[in-house]
Parts: sequence; C-alpha cells; structure tokens
Amino acid sequence: MKQPIITIDGNEAATSVAHRLSEVIAIYPITPSSTMGEFADEWSAKGRKNLWGTVPLVIEMQSEGGAAGAVHGALQTGALTTTFTASQGLLLMIPNMYKIAGELTSTVFHVAARAIAAHALSIYGDHQDVMAVRQTGFALFSSGSVQEAHDFAAISQMATLKSRVPFLHFFDGFRTSHEVTKIYQITDEELRLLLDEELVRAHRARGLSPEHPVLRGSAQNPDVYFQMREAANPYYTATPGIVQEMMDKFAQVTGRHYNLFDYVGHAEAERVVVVMGSGGETAEETVKYLVERGEKVGVVRVRLYRPFSFEHFVKALPKSVKGISVLDRTKEPGASGEPLYLDVVNALVEGNRPGIKVIGGRYGLSSKEFTPAMAKAALDELKKSNPKTHFTVGINDDVAHTSLEVDASFKIEPEETVRCVFFGLGSDGTVGANKNSIKIIGEETENYAQGYFYYDSKKSGTVTMSHLRFGPHPVRAPYLIEMNEATFVACHQYTFLERVDMLKYAKPGGTFLLNSLYGPNEIWDNLPVEVQKDIIEKKLKFYVINGYDVAEKTGMGGRMNTIMQTAFFAISGVLPREQAIAEIKHAIEKTYGKRGEAVVKKNFEAVDATIENLYEVKVPAEINSKMTRRFPVPNEAPAFVRDVLGPIINSDGDNIPVSAFPVDGTFPLGTTQWEKRNLALEIPVWEKDLCIQCGKCAMVCPHAVIRHKVYDEKLVAGAPETFKHMPSKFKEFSQGFAYTVQVAPEDCTGCTLCVEVCPAKDKSQVGRKALNMAPQPALREQEARNWDFFMSIPDLDRKLINPSTIKNSQLLRPLFEFSGACAGCGETPYVKLVSQLFGDRAIIANATGCSSIYGGNLPTTPWAVDSNGRGPAWSNSLFEDNAEFGLGMRLTIDKQNEYARELLAQFEKELGADLVSAILNANQADEAGIEAQRERVAQLKDKLAKSSDSRAKDLVSLADSLVKKSVWIMGGDGWAYDIGYGGLDHVLASGRNVNILVLDTEVYSNTGGQASKSTPRAAVAKFAMGGKGLPKKDLGLIAMSYGYVYVARVAMGANDQQTLRALLEAESYDGPSLVIAYSHCIAHGYDMAKGLEQQKLAVQSGHWPMYRYDPRLAEQGQNPLIIESKEPSIPISQYAYNETRYKMLTQIDEDRAEELMKEAQHDAKSRWTLYQQMAAMHYGNENGNGGDKKE
Amino acid sequence: MTDLSTTYLGLELQNPLVASASPLSKKLDSARKLEDAGVAAIVMYSLFEEQVIHESLELDHYLTSGSDAFREAMSYLPDAGTYSLTPDKYLGQVTALKNALKIPVIGSLNGVSKGGWTRYARRIQDAGADALELNLYFMVTDPNMKSEDVESAQVELVAEVKSAITIPLAVKLSPYITSLPNFATRLVQAGADGLVLFNRFYQPDFDLYEMEIIHSLELSSSAEIRLPLQWISILYGKVNTDFALTSGVHTAKDALKSMMAGAKVAMMASELLHNGERVVASMLSEMSWWMETHEYESIKQMQGSMCQKSVSEPAALERANYMKVLSSWRDLV
Repeated sequence: MKQPIITIDGNEAATSVAHRLSEVIAIYPITPSSTMGEFADEWSAKGRKNLWGTVPLVIEMQSEGGAAGAVHGALQTGALTTTFTASQGLLLMIPNMYKIAGELTSTVFHVAARAIAAHALSIYGDHQDVMAVRQTGFALFSSGSVQEAHDFAAISQMATLKSRVPFLHFFDGFRTSHEVTKIYQITDEELRLLLDEELVRAHRARGLSPEHPVLRGSAQNPDVYFQMREAANPYYTATPGIVQEMMDKFAQVTGRHYNLFDYVGHAEAERVVVVMGSGGETAEETVKYLVERGEKVGVVRVRLYRPFSFEHFVKALPKSVKGISVLDRTKEPGASGEPLYLDVVNALVEGNRPGIKVIGGRYGLSSKEFTPAMAKAALDELKKSNPKTHFTVGINDDVAHTSLEVDASFKIEPEETVRCVFFGLGSDGTVGANKNSIKIIGEETENYAQGYFYYDSKKSGTVTMSHLRFGPHPVRAPYLIEMNEATFVACHQYTFLERVDMLKYAKPGGTFLLNSLYGPNEIWDNLPVEVQKDIIEKKLKFYVINGYDVAEKTGMGGRMNTIMQTAFFAISGVLPREQAIAEIKHAIEKTYGKRGEAVVKKNFEAVDATIENLYEVKVPAEINSKMTRRFPVPNEAPAFVRDVLGPIINSDGDNIPVSAFPVDGTFPLGTTQWEKRNLALEIPVWEKDLCIQCGKCAMVCPHAVIRHKVYDEKLVAGAPETFKHMPSKFKEFSQGFAYTVQVAPEDCTGCTLCVEVCPAKDKSQVGRKALNMAPQPALREQEARNWDFFMSIPDLDRKLINPSTIKNSQLLRPLFEFSGACAGCGETPYVKLVSQLFGDRAIIANATGCSSIYGGNLPTTPWAVDSNGRGPAWSNSLFEDNAEFGLGMRLTIDKQNEYARELLAQFEKELGADLVSAILNANQADEAGIEAQRERVAQLKDKLAKSSDSRAKDLVSLADSLVKKSVWIMGGDGWAYDIGYGGLDHVLASGRNVNILVLDTEVYSNTGGQASKSTPRAAVAKFAMGGKGLPKKDLGLIAMSYGYVYVARVAMGANDQQTLRALLEAESYDGPSLVIAYSHCIAHGYDMAKGLEQQKLAVQSGHWPMYRYDPRLAEQGQNPLIIESKEPSIPISQYAYNETRYKMLTQIDEDRAEELMKEAQHDAKSRWTLYQQMAAMHYGNENGNGGDKKE
Repeated sequence: MTDLSTTYLGLELQNPLVASASPLSKKLDSARKLEDAGVAAIVMYSLFEEQVIHESLELDHYLTSGSDAFREAMSYLPDAGTYSLTPDKYLGQVTALKNALKIPVIGSLNGVSKGGWTRYARRIQDAGADALELNLYFMVTDPNMKSEDVESAQVELVAEVKSAITIPLAVKLSPYITSLPNFATRLVQAGADGLVLFNRFYQPDFDLYEMEIIHSLELSSSAEIRLPLQWISILYGKVNTDFALTSGVHTAKDALKSMMAGAKVAMMASELLHNGERVVASMLSEMSWWMETHEYESIKQMQGSMCQKSVSEPAALERANYMKVLSSWRDLV
C-alpha cells in the first residue's frame, strides 16, 4: 500500500497520531509544545474523530499541574488519555507522573523537549526537562526527526498499552517540533493493524467504576511500602522487549524499522558516538560520510532511554569498539557526569564490556547548533591519547576549558541539495510563504524538502530567517544552513542590508534576491559596500524586485509573502515556471479560499504582477559604494553592551566565549537604548503651535519613544537647529522654563497611538493635530540628533513634581523604554507608568509571559536607570509562582527594615539621637519625604563607614532598607487568573504591602492567544474556537471580598486619570493592592492604533466597568467602592464586533454568536447591577459613596 | 370587497405593501411574521459587494496579522478553516426565505465592480430569488467626473446585469439626478423591469465635541414620501415601467398616495422596524375601508390616478409648486 506523503512539522506529526489514539486530552499552552494542544483542540472543535469514530474530548486546564491531574483522573477511570507539554510544564507534572507510573497506567505524554529556566529562561530545545523526570517511572522514548515523531507516537501508544508502563515520548523542541519536513503518513488502517484492541479494553477495564469498585491510592507504612514499590519491577524488565516487539510490528506494517538502540556505521568501528534525539540524525549522517572515507566510526542512537536496557545497548555496540563519546543534551551541575554518559558507563560495566574508553560531553543546550563538524569533533576526541571528558562542544568555554575544537570547514551536505536562506520581517509573511513553498516542493515534486524558521526575540519588527533545503536525497540535517552554504539568499526587506550580514550565508556562485524600492539600474549604487563586495567576490547572480510597489498596487499592504514566493520559484527553477505559478495559485486558493474571493484575487494579482517586476541585475566589476553597514551598537556604548550584547544583536552570539558572561544571570539595566532597530516607516512629528502640553502622547506610548520635558529655557541655546521648543505652560514651571515633545526616531515603531490620543486639533483643519505622522527616513538623522540633545537635558527634580496629573506624571523619566513589545502594545503603557511613578524605588517580580519577554529577553532589555543610577530591580522567577515570588521580596524588605531599625536604636550615640529619630519616624509618603530619608541614610552610612563594629557593618549593609521600597508583582491574565491564581489569592490574603498589576489581555498572549479564565464570553480564542461559553472570571470582585485589599479596575484608554490615581493609591496603601488593567492586544484582532478607542467602548458597554475599592474609606465609615464608569450606554456588541475575536464567531456559527452575545449583554447588566448595589451599601456613618458618581 | 391585488415586475401580489430592504429579512422568523401580517413581497437586505470584499480582506488580515512573526506564537487567533461569509450567508438566506415563504422574495444588490454586479446577480437568481433589485449608489467626489459619464456607466451596468439574469430586474434610484425622466427612460431601455424611487442615504453628521465625523441611522418619516410621490407622479405614463415607491411610507394613506401617483407597490421599512409587522394588517384594513368609503373597487383602478398626466393641474407637480410652497412659508412668517 502506498503511504500518503505529507509535509508537516514535528508537533503536528506527533499530534496527528496522538489525537487519533485518544479519548481525553488535557492541555495547557507552553512553548514549544503549544501547537500540539492547539492542533488537538482545533481538530476536535472541527469534529475530527479518533480511530474509534468518536471525537476526543479536549480540555484546557489552568496549569500543567492541573492538566496532569486531569490526565491522571481520566486514566484512572479508563480513558485513553494524553497531554502535550515541555520544560517547566513537565516539571509541574512530576507529582502526577509518579502516581501514574506507580499505578502502572498506560498513557503517552508527548513532549517537545526544552531547556529549564535556571540562570535564565529559554524556550529552546534540549533534554533538561525530560532528564528531570527520568526517575518518575515513565518510559522515556526519544524520536529524532519529524518522521520519527510521527512513528514513535504510534509505537509508544502500542507499547504502553502492552507494558502498562506510562510513556513519555519526546523530541527536540524548536528543532523537530518546528521543522517542516516531508514524511510518510500513518493511515488509520495502519494504526488499526498496529493497535491491539484487547489491550485498549483491558486498559478501560482497569478503570475505576462503582460497578466493580476498587481502592487505588492508599497510604502505606514502613512495613509494606518498600515491597510494593518493588512489585512492579517485572513490568519494567519486560518493557524494552515489548518496545522492540512493537517496533518490529511497526516495521511489518509501515516498512520503517527501528531498534531500541540503532547502530549505524562501520561494522568494525573503533570510535562510536552515543546520542539521543535530533542530534542522532546529524551524527548518523556524519558517520556515514566518514565511513565512506574510510574511518572506522559509528553512532548508537538511543531510542528507548528509560527503561535503559543494558542488554540491548551492549548488543548494538560492535565488538571492535575501543572508545565511546557520549553526548548529552543536558546539564547536571555537580554530577559525576550527565545521565546518558553515566548510563553508558554503567551499561559497559554491567554488560561486561571492559576496556572501552568512555568520554562524555554536553552539546546543544537551548537549541545551540549541533553540526556535523561538532559530531566529528566528539569522535575525533577519542583519537587522542588523553581525551577530554565532561567536555562541551559547540561553544567556546574559555573558563573551565571544557570545549572541543571544531573544524568549521567540515561540511557533509550533498552537492545536489539546494539550500536557501530567506530574511524577512515577522509581519511581511515571509515565514508563512516559505512554509507554503516547502509544502509545494515536498508534495508536488519528487524532491525531499525541509524548512526551519528562526525568529529574533522581539515582538515588533521581528527579523525572521527561513532555512529551506530540498533535493533528491532525504534531508537529514537538523541544523541551520551554515556560512557559505546557501545556494539562494533572499532579503525581503531592503532596510536589513544596513544591519544584517546575510551574504555570509551565500555560497560562491549562488543567487541573491533582494526586495527593494530601487530598480535594476539604481540598486547597485544603493548597496552597502560589504554587500557589493560579497556579490562580486562570491560571483553571485543578483536579482531585484520592487515587491513594495507590487504589494501596494495589488492591495497586499506590507505582506511580501506571495510576491517573494513567486520570485523565488521564478528564479530557483525548482519547478517549471508555469507549473510553479499554478501550484502557488493552488496553494493560495487552499490557504485563503475560505476567507473569501477578494483575498484570493489580490494574491493572484500579486503573483501575476511579480514576474513583470523581477529583474536580474548586471553586476559591475567594481565596488563603488560609500555606504557601510552600521555597527550593532555605537562605540560609545558601555563595554559590556559593545562587546557582549553587540555581537548578540549582530547574530554572532554563538561565538561569544563563556568568560564574557555573568556567572549568575545578572545583567545591567538600560541596554535597549543602544539597540537602534529603526523600524518605523512613519514617525510622529510635533506641531508645537497646537500642543496643549497635556502629556497624553507620552502616557500612551508603548515604547517610551515620545516624551515631554520641561527645562530651563537657557538650555535651548545649545540645541540643534531643528530642535523644537516652546514656553512651558505648566503652572509650577512657567517662568523661565521651556517645553519640548521629542520622538526617538530609531526606536519608534510607528504605532500611531500618540497621534490617536492627541486631543489638540487645528481649528481650521481638524485633521491636523499637535502630532501627525510623517515619513521617517527624511527625519531620521535630524531627529536622532534632536533626541540625543533632548536626553542630555536634565530631568526635573522629582521632588518638585506632583505626579497626580497626567502631564506631571509624564515629566518623570520612564525607566522602562524601547522594549521589544508589539507595536501599539496595550500592556506596556501601564508598565512604563509604574516605572515612572515608582521606578527608582521599585522591586519587580514579573510572571513569565509577554511582559517577561519584552521585559527581559536578550539581547537588550528595557528596564533602565535614572540619572542617579537608581531604577527598578527586576526579576522573573516562573509563570506559576510570581505572586509568591514578589511576596518573598516584600518579606525580605520588611525583615531587613525591621532589623535595621532594631540596629539603629543601638547606634544612637554614634549617629546622634536626632538622626536616629528622624530615620525611624520619617514620613516617606511622597518624593520629598523619600529623598530626605535617602539623605539621612547616606549620613548614616557615612558616619558608620569606618566603624569596625560588626553590628555597624550590618547596619550599613541594611541601611538602604530604611528607604521606602515599592514591591510590584506584574503579569498577565494567564498567570493571575489561571496558573498563578492560587498563589495570588494567598498573597492578597497575606495582608502584606505588595502591589499587583495584572496586564489583562483576556488571553495567553505570549503563547498565541489561548483562552484563559479572563477570556470573555462570546470571544473566540485558541482552546475556545466555538466562542467561550462562560463569562469572564471577576478577579476584582473576588479580591474585594477580603475587605482589606485595595482593588482597582482600570482602562487607560477610557480614563487615563483614573489609571494614574489607581496606581498612586495602590502604591500608597499599606497592604495588598490589585490593579487590573485592560490591555488591548494583537490577539484581539483589530488595528492596535484603535486600542485606546476600543478601551473606551469596552467601558461604555459595561464589559469593563472601572472602579477603585479602597479599604481606607471603609475605615473612615465610607463605602470603599467607587464606581468610575457610567452606566452602560452602548450594547456589548457595539464594542465587541470591532474585534475579530468576537466577530469571527458570527462567521463560524452565527446562531451561537448571537446567543452568546445576548448572554454577554446579560453579564454586563448583572455585573453593573451588582456593583451598583455594593457601592450603595452603608458603611458606618455615611450612605455609601458609590453609584456612578465621579470623584 | 375591494381588490387590493397588484402586479410588480410581473409578480402577482395580493396587495401593494412590500417590505423593503431591511434587517427584517435577515431572520426567517421576522420574515415569516411579515408574511403572516400580510406583506405581499419582501425585498431582502442588500448584499454590498464592498462589504463582501472588506469582510474577506479584514478576516484574512486579522487571521494573518502577527502570524509566523513571533517564535512563541505562530498565530494569535484560531483558524476555523471554514467561514460563513456574507455572500454565502446572503445566498443561503435567499434560499431559506424562498423555502419558508409563499410571497415573492426579491434580492437586493449593491456592487462595486463590473464583475461583482453580474456575478452576484446571477448567484442571487440561482439561489432562488423571484426578482432582483439593484441598489445603485455611487458617491461621486471627483470634480472631473461628468454626470453624463456616471449615468451612462449606470445604464451600461443595468444592461449587463439584465443580460446575466432571467428574473425580473428593478433598479433603485437616487433622487439626485439632473434629468430623472431621461435617466429613468434609459434604464428601462437598458432592461430594467421596474424602478424603485428612492434610495435613502445616510449622510454623516459632525460631532462638535470630538470634531469628528459620525454616522447614525435615522428612520424615515411620512414627510419623506413627498419626493418619491412627486417623481412617480411625473414619470408615470412617461416611462413605461413598474414603479415602486419607497421612503416615507408609514400609513395606509401613504400607501394609497403611492398608488395614486402611479406606483405598483409601496415599500416600507422604517415603519416596520419601529412599530413591528402588526401595522401591516391595520394598514391593509384601513386601505380597504378608505377604498370602500371612496368607492374604489381595486388598487389597479387607483394606480396612476393622480399622476401628472391625470391631475387637473399638472403644474402643481412642477416648479410652480415650489414657488407656492415658498410663498406659503412667507405667509406663515
């Protein structure tokens, strides 16, 4: 039987089997496994059935711990159950994994293996997570390619049902999980042949049922626990044999044969590498290459890692072997070796294979590249008389000197394989187009094909790299295309040329395709000198297309996907041009057809227009350019930024040696200022004649790129000629003060929120505001100089600023700037405001999610310091524990403050009674009070500096705790409503003085818009494709129920003053505070420039009532709840149907949309009525102060 | 017993009250209620090609926006794969209404592209519509565009649509035409089986607080009937086609006036939206009563009875009427 060929990635490959073999699936999103859950949910939502003809039940849980619990329950009652996870998620499943294994329960967990957060979080792939569960009793089963992820998903299910040992099937995250490859699909018919139905029924029969009740999960004592722990041993002993049996059966059905340990190489190999996962593909190809050239080498690819069968391992190893190099994709600090290495050492001992030299090393952590040259280095090390063990390969460890030398010139890829690298912008559709291309090549030609996609860490202006390989030989190269190896390089954005060295990938004689506004006759003179040099020296064929023009004329906007895809096919010749165009059009119809004719039409037009605009450029013999590529950071940047972060920005981080890095993950602040990304096509231009100096523009700017400043007018004397200024209109700073609104042209993302919010309109031409967008290129240099000058003007003294008005608050310097957040982000304005108001005394606990990524992902980070060197101390612990993490910070501050105060009393003589009393009784309610305390503490330190008294030294070391600190606990709704809710609730209940800011986007934004308990009724989200049927959880109401928690619900776009007031009050409240901030988000599906307007509608419709609940008012006998929005004045639908997340439900299921919208309307009304009643309650001596009264 | 029956576009109708394009045709339930209340035919809400294009591009844009742009989020919204978009919904509703109702169902179309007009006209016909009403609405803002060119383009369009379908074709007109009799004649010559006078346009308003342009929907009032009444009176007998009067029909008297002007049907939406379908029965009853009182045997007898050709003072429908009104206003002052 001919097997169907499909071109998919590893996540889909595994899920396509898992979904067919499951009845219950409990999921929770975590990168890079999220798409497995998404596929399962989507397929079930669309009614796709499992092998037995029923649709698997998919449920999203509140955490991976919850998912594991639900899985455990479903298994215990006899359902075929699975889950998908990675990294921290897998760690959260550990307790249940022990239980599931201890109860000998058949299941398969599919894991896209990923690094563990240690000194830093990493979403990339290695085996640290799976190695952390090797003790749970789960079988660990490793696939190394997309085909294997598909096949092993089936084999593991077969094996678990027979062995009763639960299986963890894993593959490398952000390699196999995301690699798109042509594979053979296992059909339903084949699965039926593979699966033993009796075993399925046996599994079901073991389920708990009151019809045949048993008790499982008893508590045991010293007398019997041990014995019972040993009772299951035979099952583990039998498992390797069962897996091999299933592999053999699988081979009979599909023709693809695997072994527990697959040996590949010379029959009389002397040197062998042992490896697991996708690295095995690389090692295998390397070994084959070396064997062909006469080397006696081999590779053992580990498939079943647990239970580890010594017998099978030893059997797989040729008798001739003299040395083994074991490669672990994990790190176990302090161990006598990494786990696979130790297992191999032990296997040789117990398997009676003496005399073999074994060395072990680490490779590929966090998806670090593992190339044939590295595999060869691991083998070559065995040639040495005194080889390194506990080595590393792939990095330059100049500290512990563990790293192996790697010959970078060693390449093994077949000459016939075509290798293409494409550089695109995240928003231009390059990756999507390339995914499409690889499918076309994989499915419409005889070629083997592989696609892998790399993204930088930013959420706006992301640079993407697509690596495509295809050719007549199977592509078994799970690593990026290397330098000088790409036969085709395409640059989809001309502006990249000034900062990205992309032609380093080009192979001599290859092809370079550039998308540019310049035509074939002008382009050469507009290339940087480095690009000209590469084109000439590498003898590249050079093509240019004005894709921007084609896109504009065909209505494609900023999407270059179809255009550049067509150009690629036209040039590459992978298919005859006519056929290629037909296939592209077919793919367009398939991809977009369901979205309406207009979409298909514009894409077709783009295809047709592309060919006419594609030109080969006649390459001159001489370099004539005066332009040079820009340095990633300027020379004046601090050394660490220049020498470490600069190369990372320049995609050269792989070459930075170990010694350059901090040992504990500690980084300096304020580094984004050096990374000028130059993203905006247009930037705001200030019209001072219209400006009313309200500061709203600065307030809403997500990236802190537009600021206003009041300053001594004399400073204007040194300003650049084009620097704009006007007299200050601030009451407090009028005489002798100048005022400027300035934009950072190279940091702006062009989101236009500032223009949208600007209230100042030209009376004779209302379309002209005090801020208007204008093309950036002509303004870039001039405004960059103006920005530098603006930043050189000293900030006003904080003591002089009363921050209770918007305009004043914006005079405070943002200590959160130029983040990598999405253009128009709805979260960052709140984060930035906190940094302005409290940043110089803030300690921030940040939950994992969008805010931890735009807030803390390398290369540069946005948290910054003021001119005194003070700024927010920021840290991210985990996703689930952030409230507790922040509470811990508070506890330290409180304890240290208490101890310092105790010590202080003992030093009255040395310090003087007045100083001690002043410190102990300081009023730090405002900036002046805090500054005065800082001065006192400085005096204290000064006076005790020379003391040799240990207590005095302690006091000096603790003295800073005497200055008020502000603890902020931040995160998204996924954290606050779901995974971290238990902790958040406990922290609220603790009564401690912490400030919690929930950036509520109503979905898991960072992982791609999965529903949380904050998702509103009637909205579509991933895991809620049919529209969320139940209302949003009212977190604020729950918090109010404590009575002593300050609670505010804010929406900056609806009322910025209320937001400001809430934050100031929250911070001033000596107890727990919770501020829930409406944050518009790209996941809502509308133009982010309209985010503020949409916030207004959310409030007007009653979806987002705004209020403040201040327990201090209750103490004064007043009602603590002050509702600050008016009675709903527009229907929910008027707000909701501006957003695709709601509107698409009308296009999916109109009746359900209508029904849910009715209920959502009812929710709004009920909520409003409830709040009204609460606000009208009597508290002591007054009749309440609530209602819709505004203060 | 008076005979209320009429014919329109070759369709035999029990009475001249027709529900014009409104959201009431979006639901089977409300459409059934209209039928039960006595409405003789129903014109469906308009299929706007512009909206179809916008909806398609918007859906694609937001499903695509941000996709494959951030390593942890390959997309931000789930892709349901299959969407019930406006054309499908519209055509489905044509069929559903046809299946559910006995009265004729008239499709309504507002296109933007040549291909779009004819393609959707054919699809509405294929979905089962008894007739099609073209909703001609061009807002000319280009000073270089001549009225003659605009009119010729519309005439050409009507001819093209007519050649694409076999069901009767009505054309709904704007009142803002310099020489309406000439334009109406050309449309009929191009193939229009009927003319619907007039389209109501929803002009924007200004928000003086925000200094922004705002849009809001205002329902019609009886006063608005005068414009179509005047023009049907003028055109009746001069342009050989079926007229439908729409805009301002709220009462039985309005409907009777429409007939007397020469309309074959009186179309209404605002009254139905405001007061519900129950008004239909009382209007029909009042019409019968009026006709009996005034000894009319049938609606057909009445149609065109007060058209310009039939009245004793034809000038009253022309400029002289305008002068008279102005002077009456001065008298009031």
